[in-house]
Amino acid sequence: MAKIVAGIATSHVPAIGVAMDRGMTGTPYWEPLFKGYGPAREWLAKLAPDVAIIVYNDHASAFSLEIIPTFLIGVADKFPIADEGFGPRPVPVVRGHPALAWHLAESLILDEFDMTIANEMPVDHGLTVPLSVTCGQTTAWPFPVIPLCVNVVQYPPPTGARCFKLGMAIRRAVENFEQNLRVVIYGTGGMSHQLQGERAGLINRQFDTAFLDGLTKDPLALTRITHTEYMREAGAEGIEMVMWHVMRGALDENVAEIYRHYHVPASNTAAGLMILENRSVA
Amino acid sequence: MSKPRDYESIPGTYVYDAERGRIGYALNMFCMSLNRAENRKSFKDNEAAYLDRFGLNSEQRRTVLERDWLGMLRVGGNIYYTIKIAFCDGLNFQDVAGMMSGVSKESYAQMMLAGGRSPEGNRYKDGAPAESDRG
Repeated sequence: MAKIVAGIATSHVPAIGVAMDRGMTGTPYWEPLFKGYGPAREWLAKLAPDVAIIVYNDHASAFSLEIIPTFLIGVADKFPIADEGFGPRPVPVVRGHPALAWHLAESLILDEFDMTIANEMPVDHGLTVPLSVTCGQTTAWPFPVIPLCVNVVQYPPPTGARCFKLGMAIRRAVENFEQNLRVVIYGTGGMSHQLQGERAGLINRQFDTAFLDGLTKDPLALTRITHTEYMREAGAEGIEMVMWHVMRGALDENVAEIYRHYHVPASNTAAGLMILENRSVA
Repeated sequence: MSKPRDYESIPGTYVYDAERGRIGYALNMFCMSLNRAENRKSFKDNEAAYLDRFGLNSEQRRTVLERDWLGMLRVGGNIYYTIKIAFCDGLNFQDVAGMMSGVSKESYAQMMLAGGRSPEGNRYKDGAPAESDRG
């Protein structure tokens, strides 16, 4: 039986990827952020999961406004790196896990989550920056990945509560997979940030801290945050944090907070990272 | 018409909702085309001619040609799309954010280093009622 052993929440700021790709991680601007990623990389290398489910949003890379899937799962055996407008990131192609991905697609749809299925898609910084943050620079990612996209680009994204329930359904599906696999799930995006308008640059450390605290202790309360509250309190693009609920919903009710890191600024964004382990997997 | 949205009371924010989705499609699909290197080259070689391939209205064309970043949002631009024009120009998200908020690159960068724009005083437009006060 497959099992979800841990969850990782992390921001996926594109500039973090650029800093790594251009060898700038030791500069005074970036050093404090990357120093905080060290313990997460050590933890993940030691955990050595068999596969990762990465919940993220595509940023006008694989999908345009032509078709806007609310929830989508990638079932391919490999995912090329997208050109987002300045050339693809120089990172390895992402290997998929078609057997588990197809099992998830079937299970989720029959469990009343109407997933879109992608046989071909490039992946953008939303997926590759979390890999870079947690795996470092490498010539091959250490595990296969199942991309799970959530629309947050066209309003409205799915609610936090719906995302949490999707996470619960992912867990049920994983646990019904016959092969013994240790699975980690990433929830990505956020934390507080606003990229647009006269209010660009908004950061709300108080909101973010309460969100990180609540993720461990009372995640259901966080699922009741409305879209308007995210946008007002955490910036228009802070609404990406709904994707963290998918990750949290896939974990045990009782989890152990293994690690957290929070740093302002990463470009326009408050960068957060948190590792949660299921207590049942101690 | 649908009812006013509660997020309309947030200052300096252009939520890409159904209303903007209806007016911004052509503008954003032009931006999407810039994901291809050969299209970026065609655009930079002759911006006006390249724009002719897409059904932008005259105000949308103006905002693109003049790099009026805020104006693009007002005519249906979505920041994840319009940023691709900035990438073509060698700019990044922080450069454009500074221009949209009307300050120099240096003072915007300084604001971010000092912890970012505070939510205090930036939650509601002047005179906008809190949601709980709405009928």
